[in-house]
Formats: sequence, C-alpha cells, structure tokens
Amino acid sequence: MCRIDKKHVRVAGRLVRARISFWESNPVDSGYKLNMCRRTKFVRGKLNMSDHKVEDKFLLGGKEFGSRLIIGTGKYRNYEEMRAAHEASGAEMVTVAVNRVPLDGKTESFLDHLNPEMQILPNTAGCYDADHAIRTARLAREALGTDWIKLEVIGDPVTLLPDNEQTLAAAKTLVSEGFIVLPYFSDDLIMAKKLLDAGCPAVMPLAAPIGSGMGVQNPSNLRIIREQLPDAVIIVDAGVGVPSDAAVAMELGADAILMNTAIAESADPARMAEGMNLAVRAGRMAYLSGRMPKRLYASASSPIEGAIR
Amino acid sequence: MKIIINGETREVPGEMDLGELLELLSMPTERVAVELNRRVVRRAEWTAEKISEDDQIEIIHFVGGG
Repeated sequence: MCRIDKKHVRVAGRLVRARISFWESNPVDSGYKLNMCRRTKFVRGKLNMSDHKVEDKFLLGGKEFGSRLIIGTGKYRNYEEMRAAHEASGAEMVTVAVNRVPLDGKTESFLDHLNPEMQILPNTAGCYDADHAIRTARLAREALGTDWIKLEVIGDPVTLLPDNEQTLAAAKTLVSEGFIVLPYFSDDLIMAKKLLDAGCPAVMPLAAPIGSGMGVQNPSNLRIIREQLPDAVIIVDAGVGVPSDAAVAMELGADAILMNTAIAESADPARMAEGMNLAVRAGRMAYLSGRMPKRLYASASSPIEGAIR
Repeated sequence: MKIIINGETREVPGEMDLGELLELLSMPTERVAVELNRRVVRRAEWTAEKISEDDQIEIIHFVGGG
C-alpha cells in the first residue's frame, strides 16, 4: 500500500486537503495519477498500485468500523421498529443509557433486544456534573465489561446543552482510569483541543441541541475544528433531523455521525435509517472527493466557442 | 433495617450481604451493576459486602438512549 503522510494532496488536478487516514482508506486504482505536495515542495509521480484495494474504514479507539453511522436506542415505539431501523442503518455501534433497575421485580433486559453483533456504547445521559458522570461510567463498565463510554454532562434541562467544564473534568478522570472516552460537547475548537489533550480518542461536537432535529447550526465551527485538527476523529453528535443534515456534517469533514431521534421519531424508522446510512456515505464521498469551488457567477459546462450563431 | 435503594427507602431484614439483597428484590443479576455508598462493588464481591443501616445502594441496568 502506498502511504503518503502529508495533508495536502493534488488528485486529478484538484488540490484536496486529506487526512492521513484518507490514504490508508481511500481506494486508489493502479496507475492513478498523483501529484503530492510535500511541505512546499511538489513531488510529481505516478502511484503504482498493485492489487491493494483499500476500503474507507473508520478507526476509533483502536477498532475498525465499516459504518460511519452510530445510532441510539431511545424513543422507539417498539422493539421491532428499533431492530428494523438498526438493521437498515448499517450501524455497528449503538448507544444505550444507564438507568436504575425498577424495584418491581421485572427482570426483562433491554439489551436482549439488540443485535448481539453490535458494539454497545453506554452513555452518561442525565448527568449534570462530573461526579455523576464518572459514577455512571464506572457502573456501565462493571455491568457490560466495556471501557467505552459516551461522556455526556448536561448543563441545563431545557436546552440539554453540554457543560463543557464538567465534561472535561470527567474526561480527565475517566481517561486516567482506562476508559475510552467519547465526549459530547459544544462545537468549539478550543474545547476540542482540551478534550483531545486529555486523552479522548475522538471528540463529539453537537450539530444542534439533542433531539432538536435542527441540523448543523454552525457549519463554520465544524469546518474550523476539522481544518485545525486534521488528524482528530470528529463525530457529530446530536441535532441531525434528516439525511441532508447528516450529509452536510460529513461533507464538512466529520468522520462519523451519532444520531437517535431523527430515526426513532420518524414515521418509518427503518426507511429513515437507510436514508441516513446513504447520506453519511454520500457526504463522506463528497468530503474525500473535494468539492468544486463556489462561484458567484456561472461557469458554462458546454463549450461556448463553436456553438452555432 | 432501613436502607435506600435506587432512591427509595426500604425496610430489609438485618445481617445481609449485597448478593442476598439482590435475591430478595428479585433483581436481575446479568448485565447490572451495583454501587454501595457511591462505590462500585464488583460482582465477585457482592456476597462479601455486608449492608448496614442507612446504606445507599444504586442498582443499574440499561435502557434505550442516545
């Protein structure tokens, strides 16, 4: 496999900004023409690929995922709809919430309704300070035997916006205890840097408030986080309403999307899940391909010269 | 003996360990976790951990969430 460790690469005449993982994951055919920009010096060459066909895998916390869609398990009208949606989404990881066992003696386990092949990502939803989130994560680890935790520390019950300060404090403690911490936080570059410095393998900025379905409210922030942290794993978490929202987030350079309500509250969750699956893939392809420049004025696609007069 | 389980005050017979308490409450024992006074008690230690008056116990499992 050809490995190129630089971020700016010219493919088929277009300058694209690509992450290192791009070259480890993007299929490049034999004889593909490639011009590389190595720091300021251009290296022109022909990439000689043999039979190595590399797929666009998503690496997270030392694991490889085929799907860049992570979905929730909340709000479904029934288990059947949830299972159908999970299947259609192509997702390989699902979130679950930690909750008190009712004292009525009923022993049904929610987890029995999940496809056992899916990785379970417990969350710390409902926690309003670092201490509660840490306790919840420890309980989840004990119950499931997983080090993975979606860290969510909420600052306010109306907006469900994250308390970034408490999130960072909890992240530091949990990382020191060996957790793979995936933190939900405000779409802020500085906080993203702090969370990565704390040892989080990925950051999960919101697109919009949880369950709002508003789509990416601040595309500039996502772009800035992507451009300034080209090697970070960015998972857009919360706020997606329809597939186009997911595609927008992926086109902006998100590595993956985490969603729940958009699928669960749809009238046909399985169909919506399939739409999300396609949108995430479409957005990813657009990001890897590099979009055309936006122009204020037209640029003819057909030749003007030679048209009959 | 009065203890607080999942936020509810309950009267239980004295001299009990956590394992016996879970059995008394007909609690599931798979994929659950127990916290005694804010400290996780590993499954292997349930039977070694005695319960005292006014102990606060949290028993968790998993539900749907995002």
